[in-house]
Amino acid sequence: MKTIFRKLLGVGIAAGLVTGFTAVTGKTALAWEPVKPIQFVVMAGKGGGADKLARLIQSIIEKHKLSSKPVTPINKPGGSGAEALVYMKNHKDADHAIMVTLNSFYTTPMRQPRLGVDPLTFAPIARMAEDTFLLWVNKDSGIKNVDEFVAAAKAAGNKWIMAGTGKASEDNLLTDFLNAAYGLNMKYVPYKGGGKVAKQLAGNHANSTVNNPSEQLGFYEAGKTVALAAFTDERLPLFKDAPTFKELGKDFVYYMQRSVVGAPGMSADAQAFYQGVFKKVYDTPEWQTYMKKKSLQGELLQGDALMAYWKRENEVHRKMLIKMGAIKG
Amino acid sequence: MRRAEIITAALMAGLSLYLMFKSMELPIGWIPGEGPGGGFWPFWLAACMFGSTIWVAINWFRRSSPPSQSEEPYLDSYAMKMFILVGGGVTGMIGLVEIIGMHLAAAVFLIYYIRFLGGHSWKVTLGIAVPTPVVTFLFFDIALRKFLPTGLMDPLYIPLYDIFL
Amino acid sequence: MELLGLLSDGFLVAFEPLNLGLIVLGVVVGLFVGAMPGLGSVNGVAILLPMTFLVPPASAIMFLAALYYGAMYGGAISSIMLGIPGASTAVATTFDGRPLAMQGEADKALIAAALASFAGGTISVILFTLFAPPLASVALDFGDPEIFALMILAFATFVGLSGDDIAKTIFSICIGMVMSAIGFDIISGEPRLVLFDLIGFQSKINFLVLAIGIYGIGEMMWTIEVSRGETMMSKATITWDRTMSNLKIIWGTWKAWLMGSGLGFFVGILPAAGATPGSLMAYGVAKMTAKDPSRFGKGAVEGVVAPEAANNAASTGSMLPMLTLGIPGSPTTAVLLGGMVIWGLQPGPRLFVTETDFVWGLIASLYAANLFAVIINIAFIPLFLWFLRTPFTILAPLIFVLSMVGGYASTERMFDVWLMLILGVGGYLMRKLDYPVAPAVLAIVLGPIAEPALRQSLLISGGDAMVFVNRPIAGPITIIALVLLFLPAIQFVWRKYVRSTKQAAG
Repeated sequence: MKTIFRKLLGVGIAAGLVTGFTAVTGKTALAWEPVKPIQFVVMAGKGGGADKLARLIQSIIEKHKLSSKPVTPINKPGGSGAEALVYMKNHKDADHAIMVTLNSFYTTPMRQPRLGVDPLTFAPIARMAEDTFLLWVNKDSGIKNVDEFVAAAKAAGNKWIMAGTGKASEDNLLTDFLNAAYGLNMKYVPYKGGGKVAKQLAGNHANSTVNNPSEQLGFYEAGKTVALAAFTDERLPLFKDAPTFKELGKDFVYYMQRSVVGAPGMSADAQAFYQGVFKKVYDTPEWQTYMKKKSLQGELLQGDALMAYWKRENEVHRKMLIKMGAIKG
Repeated sequence: MRRAEIITAALMAGLSLYLMFKSMELPIGWIPGEGPGGGFWPFWLAACMFGSTIWVAINWFRRSSPPSQSEEPYLDSYAMKMFILVGGGVTGMIGLVEIIGMHLAAAVFLIYYIRFLGGHSWKVTLGIAVPTPVVTFLFFDIALRKFLPTGLMDPLYIPLYDIFL
Repeated sequence: MELLGLLSDGFLVAFEPLNLGLIVLGVVVGLFVGAMPGLGSVNGVAILLPMTFLVPPASAIMFLAALYYGAMYGGAISSIMLGIPGASTAVATTFDGRPLAMQGEADKALIAAALASFAGGTISVILFTLFAPPLASVALDFGDPEIFALMILAFATFVGLSGDDIAKTIFSICIGMVMSAIGFDIISGEPRLVLFDLIGFQSKINFLVLAIGIYGIGEMMWTIEVSRGETMMSKATITWDRTMSNLKIIWGTWKAWLMGSGLGFFVGILPAAGATPGSLMAYGVAKMTAKDPSRFGKGAVEGVVAPEAANNAASTGSMLPMLTLGIPGSPTTAVLLGGMVIWGLQPGPRLFVTETDFVWGLIASLYAANLFAVIINIAFIPLFLWFLRTPFTILAPLIFVLSMVGGYASTERMFDVWLMLILGVGGYLMRKLDYPVAPAVLAIVLGPIAEPALRQSLLISGGDAMVFVNRPIAGPITIIALVLLFLPAIQFVWRKYVRSTKQAAG
């Protein structure tokens, strides 16, 4: 056992020296600096979209030495983000806790009022991007546009399976919209995570999905699935052939935010520090390539602009949930 | 042992009932056209749990299972003593984490166990109790970046992070 | 022939000095991470992923794949030496590995585990090389009914694990399943079974919390009581003669490791299954097909060999759908997949065309990693045996500390450490009354896979339970599973009947 300990000690010290060195070189004078590792809370489990994003950001920060102390992702997947939100709310050291959020940032507190969480009390750091949604079908179905999709789905009635990520999730909102807008009666079947949903479609176990591009891209490039239309303002560069629903006469646009927030009660100095870090992350070539590859939209929003955006989106989601009957008005 | 068997069965039956009750917050039945509701799975499994505790009780009554025949004490004096000393020690260690952090709590527990329960010399005790928190710190906190709780000792770690990170 | 050409190119990539060094490093780190209770391959890969951005993607994935492999070997070490599975994949290894260690035959168990892992790994890499593209397409045909059928099969093959008291076995299975349902209902999107309205119960009880509680804390308390302060496992030694005779015995179990390798590889390919069900099924099948099943659970070498061959085979198998389809077959490959995306590689069928160096380098590195893992593992065995000779009053507190630290490291919640203590102490008290604990551990792993699959299938079929029977793949699996499931019950009733008629006659 002793030799093991000695080895571990060696590894530990070596790792410590390397990281310690980077810490010294990355310092700037006077401004607020983290004094200990920064917890980067993820509202979802390991391997999901939010988790991948957090780990990408972590590696960018590490590669460009943007922070003197490491950023360490922690997964708090419980209750659709409820666990993460409560953890952040009660965090004792708000200056060293940030979180990557999705739209469940708005919807989970509304659906579980007992948590006592108000998203607008969180510190706005940066909206890194907005993820887009498209309507997908399997190539084998032969469906090439929305009209054919509507015809097929109408004929199938409630035998038409729309796979998505959990009830009252973004996918469910979009399914409800499609059902209402085209008079359809698709059956919504929830799965755990967008990757599983994408696989259901590729394996012909579901008839359609409303995946993010990043989830469906592998199958799309392999020619297994087709994008019919986008829930965006303009056509996406990666999917030039897919019109927007706006073009088709249904004014419906929906995005998923990919934002970084600070724990409620974070000091102004710390906020300024993190805003600076994430501004730099946003400008790195790695982030820009990632956005292009995954068809992410939206520019960087920080501070007051981000808060205004949250206020607007919060109301939009409240109205949507009321319409779905998931919460009372 | 015989008494412990029926008390455990009763406690577990109570737990099963609580779980069944709690599952009823969501629909426990079969929703037509959809299949089972959200409470279906846990409710009926908890019902199975309840059923099996009844079965255990019947076996107890008929004296057909080994524990229900045994007249030996459930925890004899040695087992009881160890249960309190060891179980209490571990509980104390976990409780201490909130105050002095995981590394120091581990060291305190090791001293307690090795020196006072195990009766080893101070040399052996400290030879293990001192390096263990250092190694866990270097391995988990520094090499693997899994930061263990520091409790109220948080300020003490700031210089350490400055050196190693 | 083209295959051989690609593979030899792959070997050239794998044997570049940097890559070779990383493979060895990965195996060593993996061994330790796997052997550490509470840290499995998922934790190791997830934790070290950000550190691999310093090297090219091919080197990075070789390092992580080697780590994955090493962790599969390492998991067996703590299963055998401490009786605590280092990861869920090594649960089945404790059933017979632990008794062997208690009988002073830890060396036999460790060598058997290492060699079986090697066999499982090698056989599956060969299968991987040959069948990568065609086999990958099977994975997509597995929908929810098939997955649910597979879960029943996993349970059925495992019924043999039950203790003598059927009522308590049922209780144990059910409580494990209920625990897995705690937290959140994915289908309705509602919180479920949030016990006592504690926020900690908003997410499901992690498998490791139960496993470390029961196998770490509970097991230690049990051992302390039973041993009455005596050291229980001081006899393990390693000598040349013993090793030779052990090798002979292990060679005699070739059927078990061949079966384990094949089964593990196939289960590994299926999405959502992974190495844990694979190893449990291999154990069950080995027990069922053995001439004398009663030896199992008391130190049968086959009981170590079959699951160890299977979990290594499954870890290779689960990389297949990840590379070819971008579908992770296990939690660890899910994290690897995340890594590949960050490295700028798009997993999918095109990867085999556009990134041949990467793919074949990885495949070649699996052969190499496997070889290094078995050598390093066997070289460390004397060290592990030495560890066993430490007085129990030193070993026990160290294991308690390790359980606490490992329990925290796996989920980073103090809540789970407390829960682990409660489950461990509760498990110990129940175990004294002959409640079997292994079925509960199995149930908590399989429950979260089985329940959504069941409900999604029924949702799609409109509540028609026939989907499990009248589909071409699901049907046969379900029927085999049901037969296996009721076999012991039928046997039991039959035996009782025979006995009572005999008594009546006598």
